[in-house]
Amino acid sequence: MIFYKTGEEIERIKKSSLLVGKTLAEVAKIIKPGVTTLDLDKVAEEFIRDNKAIPGFLGYGGFPNTLCTSVNSAVVHGIPNDKPLVDGDIVSVDCGVLMDEFYGDSAYTFEVGEVSDEIKKLLRITKESLDLAVEQTRSGNRIGDIGFAVQNHAESNGYGVVRELVGHGLGRSLHEKPEVPNYGKKGRGHKMKPGLVLAIEPMINLGKKEITQLDDGWTILTKDNLPSAHFEHDVAISREGSPEVLSSFEEIEKVLNNKVKK
Amino acid sequence: MAKQTSIEQDGTITEALSNAMFRVELENGHIITAHISGKMRMHYIRILPGDKVKVEMSPYDLTKGRITFRYK
Repeated sequence: MIFYKTGEEIERIKKSSLLVGKTLAEVAKIIKPGVTTLDLDKVAEEFIRDNKAIPGFLGYGGFPNTLCTSVNSAVVHGIPNDKPLVDGDIVSVDCGVLMDEFYGDSAYTFEVGEVSDEIKKLLRITKESLDLAVEQTRSGNRIGDIGFAVQNHAESNGYGVVRELVGHGLGRSLHEKPEVPNYGKKGRGHKMKPGLVLAIEPMINLGKKEITQLDDGWTILTKDNLPSAHFEHDVAISREGSPEVLSSFEEIEKVLNNKVKK
Repeated sequence: MAKQTSIEQDGTITEALSNAMFRVELENGHIITAHISGKMRMHYIRILPGDKVKVEMSPYDLTKGRITFRYK
């Protein structure tokens, strides 16, 4: 069953999503070589609770933390640990909050220190494919159009698109129908209508698309141990049928730009 | 947080239907109808109720599948 949201409900999801963006900006402030992912987790949890919201991932399906921190070859669902980040790492930070009965869910892949040009390109392409996917999220289009946009852009650059993990509907629960794969064919799948809220999250591997799961039951790694990038936006379809991005990377990028200037 | 989807799963045949279709109970308890893949038909791989099989699924339709392997 797909739930279509009213304008007022979308506003509430937007508030949650923006809080996620702010939380990720807080994380961006302290990210640097030597910091552990557990430190990031602590900062995020405090910030979310200070804003009178509840961490969305904590306890979801038994997940032990607020953030999913996936370093380098980890694709998603990494559990924060006390291993310090090293110069040249990339870390995907995925965060969700529950506020006013609605979830927000967004992710950003950060560079730690100075990373190689190869990885920079991977991050750029992944972000571009997310933007292309958002562009396809309009009423009358189908879910397959979103997948095609991501797959086409990523694979034409020689990257692998993860099949086993998909985006999802978003609302009163963290994972709603429909599933939003990052691969697909044009004109296939559910037709989208105004009021639909989706979390679109391309997971792009530098190498091949195959993945394995660690025996902690959560962390997903690439099989060839090459790095993987992950960006996620919450997108609603407005009354007019055009895409409206609910989450925001603005705050994060502001922090990152300030860092560069220093 | 990304959602884990079910693309390849293992299941057990519960019932043989007509037209090379089978009812398969997946490991997670869901029951789907699945047809046997053309490659398996070409090689006359027979399937009986009770067999353990590998099923391929599409995220668009979670009620149907395609049997791609029969475990010994």
